[in-house]
Formats: sequence, structure tokens, C-alpha cells
Amino acid sequence: MENFDVIVVGGGPAGLSAALSAAKAGMKTVVIERGDYPGTKNVMGGILYTKATDMVVPEFWKEAPLERPIIEQRIAMLSGDESIMAGYRDPAWGVEPFNAHSILRVKFDSWLAKQAEKAGVLILTETLVEDLLYQDDRVVGVRTGRAEGDLGAKVVIIAEGVNNFLAVKAGLAKPLKPQAVAVTVKEVIALPKEKIEDRFCLDEGQGATIELYGDSTAGLMGVGFIYTNKESISIGVGAILDPMIRNNWTPNDLLENLKSKPYVKRLLQGGETKEYLAHLIPEGGYTSVPKLHRQGVLVVGDTAMLMNSLNREGSNLAMISGKIAGEVAAQTIKTGDVSDQAMTVYETRLRDSFVLKDLHHYRHMGMFFEKNEHLLKTYPKLLSQAAKMYLSADGTPKKARQKEIIKMAFEHRSKLGLIKDVYGAWRALL
Amino acid sequence: MTVLIDKAKCIGCGACTVECPVEALDLVDGLAVVDAKKCNDLGKCLTVCPTDALSLPNQPAKPKGKLDPEAGAKLNLKDPLPESVKDYATGNEKKTIRAQVAPVAGGDVWSGVWVIIEYTNGKIAPVSWELLGEGRKLADAIGCGLSGVITGHMVDSVIPEAFAYGAEKVYVIDHPVLKDYRTEPYAEAMVSLITKYQPEIILMGATSVGRDVFPAVATKMQTGLTADCTVLGIDPETKLLLQTRPAFGGNIMATIMCRTSRPQMSTVRPRVMEMPERVDGREGELIREEFNSNESDFHTKVLEFIISDAKNAFLDKAEVIVSVGLGLGAKRNLVLAEELAEVLGATLAGSRGAVEAGWLTHDQQVGQSGVTVRPKVYIAIGISGAIQHLVGMETSDFIIAINNDPEASILKVANYGIVGDLFQIVPALTAEFKKRLQHGVAN
Amino acid sequence: MHFVVCLKQVPDTSEVRIDPITNTLMREGVPSIINPYDAHALEEAMRLKEKVGGKVTIVSMGPPQAKEALKKAMSYGADRAILLSDRAFGGSDSLATAYILSSALKKIHETEPIDLVFAGKEAIDGDTAQTGPGIAQRLGFAQLTYVIKVKELTDKNVTVVRKTESGRQVVQAQLPALLTVEKELNDLRYATLPNMMKAAGYEPEMWNVKSLPFDLTQMGLKGSPTSVSRIFAPPGRDGGEIMDGTKDPTGTAASVVTKIFQQNILMVNPLAKGGNLQ
Repeated sequence: MENFDVIVVGGGPAGLSAALSAAKAGMKTVVIERGDYPGTKNVMGGILYTKATDMVVPEFWKEAPLERPIIEQRIAMLSGDESIMAGYRDPAWGVEPFNAHSILRVKFDSWLAKQAEKAGVLILTETLVEDLLYQDDRVVGVRTGRAEGDLGAKVVIIAEGVNNFLAVKAGLAKPLKPQAVAVTVKEVIALPKEKIEDRFCLDEGQGATIELYGDSTAGLMGVGFIYTNKESISIGVGAILDPMIRNNWTPNDLLENLKSKPYVKRLLQGGETKEYLAHLIPEGGYTSVPKLHRQGVLVVGDTAMLMNSLNREGSNLAMISGKIAGEVAAQTIKTGDVSDQAMTVYETRLRDSFVLKDLHHYRHMGMFFEKNEHLLKTYPKLLSQAAKMYLSADGTPKKARQKEIIKMAFEHRSKLGLIKDVYGAWRALL
Repeated sequence: MTVLIDKAKCIGCGACTVECPVEALDLVDGLAVVDAKKCNDLGKCLTVCPTDALSLPNQPAKPKGKLDPEAGAKLNLKDPLPESVKDYATGNEKKTIRAQVAPVAGGDVWSGVWVIIEYTNGKIAPVSWELLGEGRKLADAIGCGLSGVITGHMVDSVIPEAFAYGAEKVYVIDHPVLKDYRTEPYAEAMVSLITKYQPEIILMGATSVGRDVFPAVATKMQTGLTADCTVLGIDPETKLLLQTRPAFGGNIMATIMCRTSRPQMSTVRPRVMEMPERVDGREGELIREEFNSNESDFHTKVLEFIISDAKNAFLDKAEVIVSVGLGLGAKRNLVLAEELAEVLGATLAGSRGAVEAGWLTHDQQVGQSGVTVRPKVYIAIGISGAIQHLVGMETSDFIIAINNDPEASILKVANYGIVGDLFQIVPALTAEFKKRLQHGVAN
Repeated sequence: MHFVVCLKQVPDTSEVRIDPITNTLMREGVPSIINPYDAHALEEAMRLKEKVGGKVTIVSMGPPQAKEALKKAMSYGADRAILLSDRAFGGSDSLATAYILSSALKKIHETEPIDLVFAGKEAIDGDTAQTGPGIAQRLGFAQLTYVIKVKELTDKNVTVVRKTESGRQVVQAQLPALLTVEKELNDLRYATLPNMMKAAGYEPEMWNVKSLPFDLTQMGLKGSPTSVSRIFAPPGRDGGEIMDGTKDPTGTAASVVTKIFQQNILMVNPLAKGGNLQ
């Protein structure tokens, strides 16, 4: 049996970041990926945040296959055919050090894998890790599905993604619940770059994102998104699995629903679908984060449920958790103490970073929305009616208009209900 | 600035990488990739790209003037396409490469259209006659003769048939070493005839024999060969053979020309060309050639031939497929599909579900984890059409689907979708096909 | 014995995803794989090596990225891998490709005589099935295509079963010979973990146009007699017709059959006595 210092299970951003930082610290590291190549099973909306990625691969933007730097983020609230929009644009985001880029995942993951290989990481593909190897209570390696398939390691980093099979087996996590996972479907739609830049009011090479709430998910708990790539647009919609099933929606229907909205349709017009992807996303938030370590084991990325669903951030949490895990693995191996106690450094460092801070901050959000399913149905409608009344020029004095609007609002939701919603939202989000 | 590559259009043919004088283009994972540091916007690649996948930002339209006077085309784009190509091309045409027709080694002595009549184990492959029909059209378009070629042993009974189906001349090599089909003696025999009589076009069916012997013959003749053609035509100006075949998993049709060598050789898929009329008693010129070789010249010997009625022998090359899914309900109902397949001479296949249920064997499975098929006609019986099945059959020329669920995905890819009870419809189809085929009438 | 396997890296056409709405194929992100038939060729070479001893050499032609396919092939336990990669090879048709590959095999044959060459029956991206026979002819090796079973291998002969439309042909050929194989020849193995790790660290030999005394006029676009002159989309299938067969199954069936013959989708075959077209 061949022995490594660190075995990383899973070749996504979390796993590759972990392997990269472990190898950089001089560890003999192997990544075991079940897919044909790193990136093969990976799906995400397609936004890569600069800060986190820079910490893993400094100045990655000089080499990595990126699509467009994001200079504008819009939020749209859809209600039937109507929409309300807000946005923020900062041209400074279009130059170094950037804020975020759109990416196409297959390309980016392959690139990240190459960086890991350059750092000396061995990447084994098409190999499934079936279990951890134990000696008494100590984890000493992994068992793969291949002949003569045992590999020894001082530390195993579990980066198997949202399907947390190994983490469950190792007694660290619980099996996924449909309330705690969202399913995201996404299409990549090809369009000429000039068209993309015209439609989104962008200078050459720059990018924008739109998050769509309300009817974008047919009132289900979730969000739609549109990201501009170089010569394509990524459009997708994610919704929590459980209410989706209850309301008889399929992910594909949700995406078609979003694509048929007038505001969205116009943006995609004339495009040709190049790719169709679907994936699960952990949405359990802070309260669903499993035990992050045990003797000789660290859990990172989606497996650790590290996903900030409000800000649609997952890959950066994954990469930072991976990087920290790689460093902690190297550090504990060097000191010769990989006990559960020694591994707590990982959790401490996560708590000190934005990763767990953000999750903790929004810890009530999931439940808030879960208990208030009307929010995503009532408010978009209410808001767009209010806007329509306010903006329609039909000779009514503005003062009278405002009164009408307030009256209309209370018809939809009682005063008490409105106050409850505001308070609840304030607690959950701020 | 660099050349822009539209990855959706790029087919990874590599023409641009060869054309680029500064080696700025390369193929990565089957797609052209440009090295921005090397590219200096010469635009030579633009002219060779068969799919217009390349563009220069300051030159959005195609280059106006000819960049290379040498590339002046003898193919005139304004000329009407041959009828047979036009059907396919209407509204779909993308581009015609302009390329020079180089002088052919040996000059203009190559003349005539030949069809190899496949005769093995006492049976004539019907595609041979289909090709005599198609060869007639080609020969007329060029203004040359049409000949049949028979190589084998004891082939005399085949000769009048070849005349009956339209051959003006028939070349025969009849020799004991040709008793069983073997690559070596068959290729040698054909090469000896080709070298002596120099035909400009040779056609053969894309059967296991045609696809075995023709590559050997083409290599010996040092000439080009286009496999599995579905459309043939003659370029009106150059009189060259236009060989059209599906490429890239059937996503694209490619017309291929053999410009620099002779003969021009194609294998043609069976049952694509129309069967010509058989005229009993038609006569022509018979040319028998000697074949000076004996058994010791060859390195292979056939020990045995096990005749089998293996309808699934070449599922991926089958021309008509009857395919079943779980809608069939039980293995005993397979007989419905078998009867239909029998009448059509079709190959029996099925979905993953049908295979996993044990009704069929794994080599009969169509789809992503089975065989990818591209028949002329695909009849799907009780198959819902999971994506994994659709990728394996959706490039079939014509799809007929029978399903009781009007929402079944298979109906969305079908040319004819029949919603209804397969236990009523399939027997009705079988009876109807049988009636028409037996009486040889279409209506 | 020395077994050589000719192998090609191809885009995985079976992994091509379908757009569920337009039902078009999507090429973006389609991975490259070892041509599936070639994988069975390699498997058979490995089995024979394990049975009679010897060595398996893999030869491929392609862009530098094809190294990945060779590394993967090495993980099944092959001994040596050579990649022929040069810009000059680009644009070669099957005649030119067979020239390049056979030249490499000739060179290998000089130092380590080859007994058997294996190749897939065709590549899934081209479906021409010409390169294997082309190599056999140029090397003067016996050519055995569509092999579904290797019955016997001795010092002098190989006996195989070939698949044809009308039956199975059992053929014996003198060595050296070249076999192109069908999938049903064998079941693929899973690479063992130690072999995978060995392969991950293996660097295939890279041969270019200068590695051999190549005749430059026989390769690339210029050395290829055939070239693509035109490319167009196949006829679309929009406007498929859905028929209700619940009320009058017999009538519906009859009208479908009529349409099929009227449109010459199936042709009435005069040979079809008794209704069987074959």
C-alpha cells in the first residue's frame, strides 16, 4: 500500500485548493476524483470571487480561464410580466484587483487541477473512494473501488461535494434532507459578444450579473440568475428541493418559466443553448454545518455545507475552507499530532474567517423564509403594483397615489403581518 | 487583436492549424485554439475554415479579395448543386471550400465508373445493384461508361444479373483462391483490374466486405477513399465525384472530394440508393481476366464459415432497426417486434430498460451506454425516450415512435409519432408492411 | 511476443449532452476519451500478453493533448507509449494517417519485431475504418478486420473469428498480422490503483516529423488525396407529425406505411420475395 501525507477525496474547487495548499507546504498529496477529470461533475452558477481565489492561487487572473470581470450586479424582482430592478455598478471592478469574474466551470476546474499538478499533486481520476481505512479509531487512509485500491494517509480531507456519503459514513455528517438542499439547473446560451455587451450596457470584455427573485422561481424559495460570459450567457434557477416537489415543479420547468419572462426573454433572444446542467446545492446554512473534523480527517466545501445562499457564494467558501484545511493538515502532520484535538485549529480558523462568520450571521434566514413562504409570492406582486401605481402618469395627484398604494399594501397583508415580516427579515438578514 | 474562434462552429478539422504560417493555431481537445502571442491577423485561416468558425474582429465579414490567388476556385459556387446534394443542402448550406484541383498523376487516362459486385458465400449483396443504379446516373453526368466487376469463384450466374441491372461491361476474375472472401486475394484481384483498365470512379457497398477490402485497395493504389457515403454526385465543372457522408456523429454532412489521385473510391451505405429496374436478357461486353496467383501467395486461410441469422450482427451499421422498450410489458410480447423486424428485414434492438429486464442482450442496447445507431429508419416501440437513449439514436434518418403516452420524449424526436396502444398498432403496421412489400407496390 | 496497439483520442460523442428543448447536441465541454473500440484492442493485447508473455507498445497520432489518452492507456498495464505529434501531420486523411503510423511501426519493428498489431474497428469521430487496414497493407501484415474473438495464438499463426453480415468467419493468418476489433471481443478491465499511479507519473515518448525519415509529401493536407469541400447541417427533423392511433389503429398504421413509401423512406425492393429485404 502506497502512503501519502494527505489524501483529498474529490477534485472540485474545495478539494483542489486543499491539495494545492498541502502540496505547497511540502506534503505528498493525492486527489482522488470519481469523475473522468476534475470539473466533470461540477456545476455552479459561474461566479468566481477574486479575493478568495487570490488567496489560493495568487494573481490567478493573469492566467486562469476567466470569462468577464463583473462590474455590475443587478437585482430584479419579477411579478408576472412586470419587473422591478435595482443594481450597483462600479467600473473599478473591471480592473485589478477585481471583485468577481464569471467563469465556465469545466475550463476553470481543469486549470485549477493543472496548478495543483504543478505543485506536485497527483490526481487520480475515475476512482471512487468507498470508505475510510481505520486502525482502531484512527483514520489511516482510504479504500478505493479499484483492485489493490488501498492508500494510506496521515490526513484525509473530505471534499466529496454535496453528496456527503463519506462524511456520513465517518459519523461526521447526517444524510441530506430535501429541506436543506436546493436543486439548481442552468443553461449556457451562446450569443455573440457584441450582443451581450449591448444588451447589458457593457464595455468590451466586461460583465454583469442579475439575480432574479419573485416569479423567477414561481414563488418558490430560491433565486434565478443570469451571468454574462465571453460569448455566452449562463442562466439558471435554484430552488429548495422540498417545496419544489410539494408544488409539483420540475427544475427544468422552473428554468423554462424563467426564460419565458419578457424581461429575460429579451436578454437571451437569438441565443443557442450549448449546455444544460443540473446540480444539488447545500442550503442548510449554519445550523446544518456538520462536525468539521475528527482524528486524521477534515471536511471542506459543500460537504461541510459551507454555502452562503443569500449572497450566492459557495465556491469561494469552498476554496477558502480547502486552503485552510490543506494548511492545517500540513501543520498537524509536521508536528506529528493529527488528533481530533489538534484538528480543532481548522474550525477555529474557519470561525475567524468570513466563511463561518457569514454563515452564522445569516443563520436564521433559511428558517425565516421557510416559515414565510408567502414572502416570495406576496411582496414581488405588491412591490410591482406599488411601482406601477406610482409611476403611471394618469393625472392622479401623487399624494393621493401614495395613499392608494399604502391601502393596497394593507389589503394584501395585514398591518401586523407586515410588521412581523419586516422584523423577521431584519433579524434574519441584517 | 487575434483571430476569434467560434467554438460552436469549430469542428476541429485542423485546416487552420496547417494553413497558419506563424503556427499560432492549434487543436486542443478537438477544437481550434489560437495563441494570441503568435497570431498576427493574417487571416489565412479564415479562408480555409469550412464552417466559418474563425473571424477577425476588424474584419467581421469574410475577406473580400482573394488572399491567395493560387486558391482560385475551379468549383463555381454559382453552379447548381447536383440534385442529390441539393435536397440535403436546402437552407442548410454553410460554405464551400475553394480549392484547386491539382493535376492527377497519370493524366486523363482514367475513365469510367465501376461498381464492385459483392458476391460471397453464394449470395449477392443487394447494395451492388443499388450502386449500379447510382453508377448509371454518375456515368451519365460524366459522359462515360458503367461497368460491373465480379471477383470470386464460380461466379458465372452473377454475370447476366449484372447486365440486367445496367452494367455495360462486366469484368470478371474467377479463380479458386477467391472462393472465400479474404482481404489479400480480393484486393490483389481488384488492383490488377484497376491498374490495367484505369476506371476513374469505383463504388462498393459499405458492408463488412466493402469496408475491409476497399481500404486495402485504396492503399495499394495510393488513392483516396470515402467511407459510408449516403449521397453521390458529379461536380458539373470538374466532373469530380462529390461524396457526401455524415460526419461527427451525424451532426454534420460533409462532402468530400478526391482531387489529386485516381481512382476516386467510395463505399456507400446499403439501401440508401434506389434499386434500378432489372431488365432480363440485357447484354453487354464481358471481359474475363486471368489472375496469376496461387494459394501459397497468401498469408491467410478461412477455416470455417458459420452462417448465422444474426440480425444484430452490426447494430451500428443496421439500416432499419425495430427497437423495443419497457412499454412492451413482458418478454413474451417481443414476438410483436420480431414479426415487424422480420417483415422489414430489420435488426432488433432495445432500450436499456428492455436489456436490463433480460428481454434482449447487451449488444442489442441502443443508447449512451450501448450502441449508437444511425439507421435509415428507426422504429421505437414502447420506448419513452430517456436522454441516454435519445443520444444513441436521434441522428437516425427517420424515426417512427409508437407510445401510449402523448408526453413521451421519444415523440418529440420522431418524424411520425403514433400515440396509441402498441399491441394494436404494431401488428397493424406489420400486416400493412407485409402487404405492400410482398406485392411490390408502394400504395 | 510484441503487441502494438494503435489508439486514437477522440471527443466522447456519447457524452454529448442534448439540449432538452431543442434536442440539439451540445459540444461545449465534451471530454476527450480513448476511442472505445481501441480500448478493447488494448484490452485484448493485455490479455494476450498476460497469457503468453511479452510487451505491449501503444502508438498514437494526435495533438500533444493526446498524451492524456496514452497515460490513461498506460494505466491498464501497457509497457510503452509513443505519441506522434507534429504540425506537419495535421490535416491528414486516412491514407496519410496510415502512412505516418505505419512509418512509426516500421521503425519499432526494426528494433523490436512486432507480432501482432491491434486497433479498434473504427474511430467514433470519423467512422471511416480505413486507418487500420491502411497500416496493414503498408507493412505487408495480414489484415483481419471486425474481430470478435482471438481463438488461438501460436508462434507462427493467429486464428480469429470475424463478424460479417451473414455469419462468422474463422480465419487463420500468419504472423505478423493486424487485427481491428469489435467491442464484443472482450470486457474492459479496471486499472489497478498501483498501475494508475505508475501511469500518472509516466511521460509518453513524443515523436515528431524529424524522428523518422518521413516523406513530407505523403502527409498533412497536401499529402491527402481527399479533402472536405463542403459542410452543411443534415436535414432537420422539425415538424414531426403526431398521430392519434387510439381510435383507428389499423387505419393509422396504414396511413403511416403509405406515407413512408410515398416519401421513399423505405423502398420497395424487387428482391423482396416473401417480404424479407435481406
